[in-house]
Amino acid sequence: MAVEVKVIKKPGRTIAEQIYIPEIAKGLGFAMGRFFQNTFGPQAKKEIDTVKYPEEKVEYPERFRGVHRLTHRVDGSPRCVACLCCSTACPAQCIHIEPAEYEPDDPRHGYERYPSVFVIDELRCIFCGYCVEACPCDAIRMDTGIHMPPSTNRDHFLFDKETLLSIPGRDGSYLTANPRHEPGDATHPGIDRERGH
Amino acid sequence: MTTTFLVVSSLVKVLAILLITVGGFAPVLIWAERRQSAMIQDRLGPSRAAITLPASAVTFIDRARLPMWRLAALTGIVAIVALVTLTFIAVKGSNPLPISTSSLTASLVAFGGASVVLRAGYGVHGMIVRNGGKIMLIGLLHPVADALKFIFKEDFVPPKADKLLFSAGPIIALIPAIAAFAVIPFASSLHWDYLNQVLPRTGEIAGPVVPLQVASINVGILFIFAIASTGIIGAAISGYASDNKYSLLGGIRAASQMVSYEVVLGLTLVPAFMIYASLRLEDMTMWQHDHMWGIFVPPLTLAAVNFFVAAVAETKRVPFDLPEGESELVGGYLTEYSGMKFGMFFMGEFVEVVSLAAIASVIFLGGWDVPFLYRDGFEFSLPFVAASYSVPLVHWLVVAIQFVVFLFKIIALIWFQLMIRWSLPRFRYDQLMSLCWKGLLPISLLNILVVGAFILSGWLDGWVAFFEKLF
Ligand code: SF4
Ligand code: SF4
Repeated sequence: MAVEVKVIKKPGRTIAEQIYIPEIAKGLGFAMGRFFQNTFGPQAKKEIDTVKYPEEKVEYPERFRGVHRLTHRVDGSPRCVACLCCSTACPAQCIHIEPAEYEPDDPRHGYERYPSVFVIDELRCIFCGYCVEACPCDAIRMDTGIHMPPSTNRDHFLFDKETLLSIPGRDGSYLTANPRHEPGDATHPGIDRERGH
Repeated sequence: MTTTFLVVSSLVKVLAILLITVGGFAPVLIWAERRQSAMIQDRLGPSRAAITLPASAVTFIDRARLPMWRLAALTGIVAIVALVTLTFIAVKGSNPLPISTSSLTASLVAFGGASVVLRAGYGVHGMIVRNGGKIMLIGLLHPVADALKFIFKEDFVPPKADKLLFSAGPIIALIPAIAAFAVIPFASSLHWDYLNQVLPRTGEIAGPVVPLQVASINVGILFIFAIASTGIIGAAISGYASDNKYSLLGGIRAASQMVSYEVVLGLTLVPAFMIYASLRLEDMTMWQHDHMWGIFVPPLTLAAVNFFVAAVAETKRVPFDLPEGESELVGGYLTEYSGMKFGMFFMGEFVEVVSLAAIASVIFLGGWDVPFLYRDGFEFSLPFVAASYSVPLVHWLVVAIQFVVFLFKIIALIWFQLMIRWSLPRFRYDQLMSLCWKGLLPISLLNILVVGAFILSGWLDGWVAFFEKLF
């Protein structure tokens, strides 16, 4: 098969372009038209793209990774089981978790742990989302749709467990779409410390 | 005219010019340039600098709005009633009412004015409340913020720089730009004794005359050239004194560019001198007042275009801003400057823009001349018809109108310069030089010849006569 060669002519310059003056007039005319349209034109025809930020806001895109939140169980406690997957995955090493055991009479005792301390340094975080990917329990999410509010105090950027639990998702819910099956629920697959695998 | 009067009036004029250029035009231009570019590029530009009012003040303003609106409506109604009565009296030809016509007129002006002011206040207060207590003034506070920043910024001097020259540079760049205004006539002369009278259209008028121009000197425009060429020294010195290779290169570029374009600048104006037969700017304006604007004399149209190009190059602004071409020279001769010294360069540049606009409008756009406005007021006449309609105006009003129109011409030309600045890409340095020496210079030399022929052949007189018949 013969190779097809398509010759693309180098765009030359016309006399009008070489003289430069008509081009200047054209450019000036365009810029002036734009200026008048945007300054004195009717409101509907203005094409100003600027958003007056603090007063007007643009909704972040749906998959925007905002500040973290810890999702709730139906009883309001954190879904997190303190497995440390997220803090291990975190490239910025900004998650600090201190796991704790449930009380012996709790049905979850011996089956899973809970975080007694859960702190994320939002200033250190690079918002990569690895923690969300790593979590086996859908316990940490970045679907809040808000960015870290600015502050002049570094301590404000240390989000503790209560803060993280107090931030709802973008839909206003503290839960997630994935239901959780607690030990003792009818839907629970029945695998826990007592009943064995 | 006593010496005291002369000194006082000159001081007032100098102060007024400082107020208009450094205090008025320069800061507003800093804002206008950015705002205008934003509008071209579909942005909003600087509009965020704000003075935030406390919440209590906002509540107060919000509460004051409704009474304000009511008062505006009330005064408006009174003004309308006065207007209707006045029309009634005017139609009837006599005043049967117990109120005198003059008090009716006074109340029309007072109540009408109050109504307009209150209505505007209602709108402004609404804007403040909508902005959450922030007074933004469409971004006009940005120059204030800039000035504050300039003042409080560190005034850095490079350790090995020549301290004296380094500090002198900005001053030498700024002062000539302002000094150029000394010979620019801002309006026709003010006849001090007849402010409230309608003057005759022609003829000498006795009594003290205040020319609205700081210095009426023989050399006129040559003074501007002489002063403008001092600006070169400012750029060159600051480039040299900064102890920075980029600055030095920028200074050299600035010097060679300004020297080259100065030649063209002078030569483009020679046709104007020939036609106006004077170097004084007030005489040039007078000629245009008597005959027609310079730009309508065919050879001067070309001269005007040439002059404008050369003058933009002289002010070192885009598309001729190679001395500070930031892609090659960081900031050119401005590289090492910070704080208020940089601010002075900046201000000098903007004042130059204003003075360029002023000179161009004096020489080519008639200066303070307003079409159909004469010393005794307006007279509109139609071409080829004998009909005319005249509005006699008192002297101070005539001068005020001339002054405002002159400012308006300056603003229009500045606007055009900013438009050029944001539309055209920068030249290459060799292009800049060949445009000067191979393009503008021969054209303006030829133009001088053409104008000579134009005058000698009598075409100028013919053209002037034709134009006068037209209006
Ligand atoms: S988003 Fe990335 S950096 Fe931030 S906490 Fe999660 S894993 Fe760490
Ligand atoms: S948030 Fe998820 S990954 Fe991190 S410790 Fe809790 S359960 Fe494990």
